Amino acid sequence: MNGIEHLPPWAAALTAILVLLGASVTLVGSLGLLRLGSFYERVHAPTLGTTLGTVFIASASMVCFSVLESRPVLHEILIMALGLVTTPIALTVLVGAARFRDTAERRAQVGEAEDG
Amino acid sequence: MSQLLSYSLLAAQLLLGLAIGCGAFRILAGPRAQDRVLGFDTVSVNAMLLLLTFGIRSGEALYFEAALAVALFGFVGTVAFAKFLLRGEVIE
Amino acid sequence: MTRLLPFPIVSFCLLALWLLLNQAVTVGHILLGCLLALAGGWLLTVLELPSTRLRRPGVMLRLLGLVAIDIVRSNLAVGRIVFGFGRQEWTSGFVNIPLDMRNPYGLGALACIITSTPGTLWVKFDAQKGSLMIHVLDLVDEGEWIRMIKGRYERHLLEIFE
Repeated sequence: MNGIEHLPPWAAALTAILVLLGASVTLVGSLGLLRLGSFYERVHAPTLGTTLGTVFIASASMVCFSVLESRPVLHEILIMALGLVTTPIALTVLVGAARFRDTAERRAQVGEAEDG
Repeated sequence: MSQLLSYSLLAAQLLLGLAIGCGAFRILAGPRAQDRVLGFDTVSVNAMLLLLTFGIRSGEALYFEAALAVALFGFVGTVAFAKFLLRGEVIE
Repeated sequence: MTRLLPFPIVSFCLLALWLLLNQAVTVGHILLGCLLALAGGWLLTVLELPSTRLRRPGVMLRLLGLVAIDIVRSNLAVGRIVFGFGRQEWTSGFVNIPLDMRNPYGLGALACIITSTPGTLWVKFDAQKGSLMIHVLDLVDEGEWIRMIKGRYERHLLEIFE
């Protein structure tokens, strides 16, 4: 714990609000992973954490460090940009794989039924 | 005011820990391989956010680099797993 | 211009990445970053990517604003569904959307927009038929989603990329 006690009250409050917001949005998204029924519904869930969750927590970090070091600390923008660009790619590839597996499995079942 | 901030950081870390737990449950429970990969992706993103909150708490910039590395490895890992599933040789 | 900087946007992003990572805008770092940017652009030419031009920065900014609004709005909508507020029942399903966009970069941008908005998911694009399949978490009216994707995103992307 070195640093955050030197924050002025407004920055501390802003950081606290942003961190809590981001964490709750992320938790809601991850809860969706438990509550939603099928795989294609579940894929929607983590995007909450990667969009708003990441933006909130990275902005909190930006506010905190910029005030602490009294200069603009902007490298959290990299994490935001990375999250916004890479997650759709990963999820699209994953959904493509899931569809491929589904159709392959269905074809195998149809083949077995015809054989039997 | 900094007391409030440290409490809310603790709360946020608990929430993110729970979120990691949800992802871990998906990894363990499946039911199919793509669900496990999705759980892995969620866990890596949540771990990245958790590292960022640790960074705010300790006031050290080093956690940022760790978060960046975790985010990158999570992306590469998810794509690699998905590509592995695409080969179609691991149908359960 | 084309020989020295084959991909000006990529090179600019690499330079920005270098400066942000080092958190310093000094002459030395700018020189190193320029070296990295040039090398990155040259390395990309090996991949023989199709070249494209981005037009209308104003439209781009407006599209970014629209996407930001939609991300916030659909975050709330998906959160409501996860908690089960309002309706207990929702139907999810696939929607086929005929697209006019053929530019690969435009399609990539559309894929990023659709997937990073919670509630919609890019599934498959059939290049021959030009039809896109998306998955929608809260599917009420197919026509509304088709109008939304085409009118809100594709129209702007067509202006930017073609």
